[in-house]
Amino acid sequence: MTQFSTWDIVSNLLLAARWTVLLSIVAFVGGGIVGLLVLYCRIARKPWLQRAAALYIELFQGTPLLMQLFLIFFGLPLLGIDVSPWAAAFVSLTLWSSAFLAEIWRGCVESIPKGQWEASTSLAMTFVEQLRYVILPQAMRIAVPPTVGFSVQVVKGTALTSIIGFVELSKASTIITNATFEPFTVYGFAALIYFALCWPLSKSSQLLERKLNVAHHHH
Amino acid sequence: MSLITITEVRKSFGTNEVLKGINLDVAQGEVIAIIGKSGSGKSTLLRCINGLETINDGSITVAGAQLLPDEIHLRALRLKVGMIFQGFNLFPHLTAGRNVMLSPMVVKKVSQKEAEAEARARLEQVGLAHKFDAYPDQLSGGQQQRVAIARALAMKPLALLCDEITSALDPELVNEVLAVVKSLAEQGMTLLMVTHEMRFAREVSDRVVFMHLGRVHEIGPPEEVFANPRTPELKQFLGQG
Repeated sequence: MTQFSTWDIVSNLLLAARWTVLLSIVAFVGGGIVGLLVLYCRIARKPWLQRAAALYIELFQGTPLLMQLFLIFFGLPLLGIDVSPWAAAFVSLTLWSSAFLAEIWRGCVESIPKGQWEASTSLAMTFVEQLRYVILPQAMRIAVPPTVGFSVQVVKGTALTSIIGFVELSKASTIITNATFEPFTVYGFAALIYFALCWPLSKSSQLLERKLNVAHHHH
Repeated sequence: MSLITITEVRKSFGTNEVLKGINLDVAQGEVIAIIGKSGSGKSTLLRCINGLETINDGSITVAGAQLLPDEIHLRALRLKVGMIFQGFNLFPHLTAGRNVMLSPMVVKKVSQKEAEAEARARLEQVGLAHKFDAYPDQLSGGQQQRVAIARALAMKPLALLCDEITSALDPELVNEVLAVVKSLAEQGMTLLMVTHEMRFAREVSDRVVFMHLGRVHEIGPPEEVFANPRTPELKQFLGQG
């Protein structure tokens, strides 16, 4: 029987963690872009668009991420579209985070005083101009801490993609455990790596919140 | 030919009718003070003229631009009338200068250089040329309101609507704002102002409109309205009842 050193375990986990990081980044960026679109629909002056966006958000917030993964991974092939685990992971995490980000950002937009909308309206700006130059610059400042905080959820969410066979940190842990029969050591190190990824994010979210609260509106 | 024509305007919020058939013509260069108890519909009337509220019936026209509930007509209307609010509503993330420059650049596509020159001139006009780079939270309430006036003026409106613009100010800051409004009146700007400053209304306005229960209850030159109120409601409002 082959012996595995601790370094063997850790180095292989770290190699797999690259995929966790990459998937997190891609899903977070993708979710941000789609989330902006959903946000626009959610606050647009068209009732049917608002309802469609609200439904979208409720669907993704009201079902487990795992079901969304399964539906995309197993459902799309039924329609004749072949999806790799990587594509399914990327698409489902992107859609899932877009729903949460849109809802977080909607709260930020709605916290901007009504007078800002009225003043920019009276200056003849269109809805898009108001968003672009008046509302979003102010809302973004408020949105930074909860958005960074949510990125932690994305990182942890990537663990679920191991179930459809995407080899990231969690899947690698299972594979390594099957070879080494040392589940506690392997999953312990995997947890530490997750923590090392997430902790700086949640810490910086707290720091940013304090900083943006204390600082004035400018600089 | 009047600049602003308000004909039989009705406006309801749900079942509550706040404007019950308003008629008012305002000539170019005229200064109108609108007085009345809170809830009499004076702020709503002002907000309708700028298209911040839609109307249920009647019509409002400003220099040919009619209040209609679509973006193109609303924009055309808003380009002709500026509005100043009780709460200043400056954009807190922009400097005073940028507040004034924003709309000309975004809406009228004026170049940055031109917009900056215009902003400096307008801030100069309200006595705040030296505050060009200050952020709103570094300014007093009176200064913020003067920046708001400069911001509205930079769009070169034909008329200005002032909605209780000194009501949120500490007493010692009221006069600097009123002085700016007075100088605008003297330069021939058409003004409609909802105000609680009776002395100022008397001094500056050409006509005073007394609103009561959603109607124009009395209207006339200030000497007449203030010295010889005809209705018991106005007498009571002026404390002479």
